[in-house]
Amino acid sequence: MIQRMLAGGLIAGFAAGLLGALLHFAFVQELILLGEEYETGALVHFAGVGEGAAEASQDHAEGEAAQGHGDEEDGGSALTRNGLTVLFTGLIYAGYGLLLVAGFALAEHFGRRVEARDGVLWGLAGFAALQLVPAMGLAPELPGSVAADLADRQIWWFGTALATATGLAALAFGRGVMPAVIGGALLAAPHVIGAPLPEGFHGVAPPEVAGEFSARVLGVGFATWAVLGWLAARLWSRDA
Amino acid sequence: MNALNQTAAKTSTGLMSILFVALIGATVMFVAGHAQSATLHDAAHDMRHATGFPCH
Repeated sequence: MIQRMLAGGLIAGFAAGLLGALLHFAFVQELILLGEEYETGALVHFAGVGEGAAEASQDHAEGEAAQGHGDEEDGGSALTRNGLTVLFTGLIYAGYGLLLVAGFALAEHFGRRVEARDGVLWGLAGFAALQLVPAMGLAPELPGSVAADLADRQIWWFGTALATATGLAALAFGRGVMPAVIGGALLAAPHVIGAPLPEGFHGVAPPEVAGEFSARVLGVGFATWAVLGWLAARLWSRDA
Repeated sequence: MNALNQTAAKTSTGLMSILFVALIGATVMFVAGHAQSATLHDAAHDMRHATGFPCH
């Protein structure tokens, strides 16, 4: 049982993670690098007037030094950086894969067989719980944008992921009115509570880039999770 | 009776294994996505931004 779960989850996870990494470099990485140019001040977004403009030009001066430093180590470090991104994308999807097969096993434990074709739905539910719905309160962060206190955001993130996953499970597997009501309440609760917001919006990266970044992150996550779910369920049902 | 016991034992191992695998998955997600050690943060930086985790 454990071997079947571990093997299926890890293989599907790493394979989906490689696809995720490929999509990351096709769609997302260029915007991260662009955001960082604003973050370090190598580029300056139209900063408005008065104090904002003064701050931006000061950041610019500091940023040029930082950028110069970055250029020196560009060759080797870009390779290391991207290698680590591939590694960690594989790793995070391996973690998702394990969570997903634990879900398959739990469903099977209660008498629900998971077939390969169910996998895409499971994957999309995982995407909703761990990326899409948390992003409704905490949009994927482009470097150079501002956000509230990190610990507060992590607590809200975990609470939202857990409530969404449980709520979706209650809606999908519950029978009768009560599970539906509880499921709906769990889905709504994080948004009624509300995500922690920064005190003011003074990010240095342009909102146009941040919007594009968020949309691409969610699109890449959508595709990768769909493949992860399909692959994990295929391995799972084949081994049954 | 014996068969019943065996079924019960099998069932509880099942739930324990499920919990175990889910815990490994959650741990991987926490370490790769959320832990704030500087080395981990730097190594996982781009993935964290690109997965929608709160990063820094």
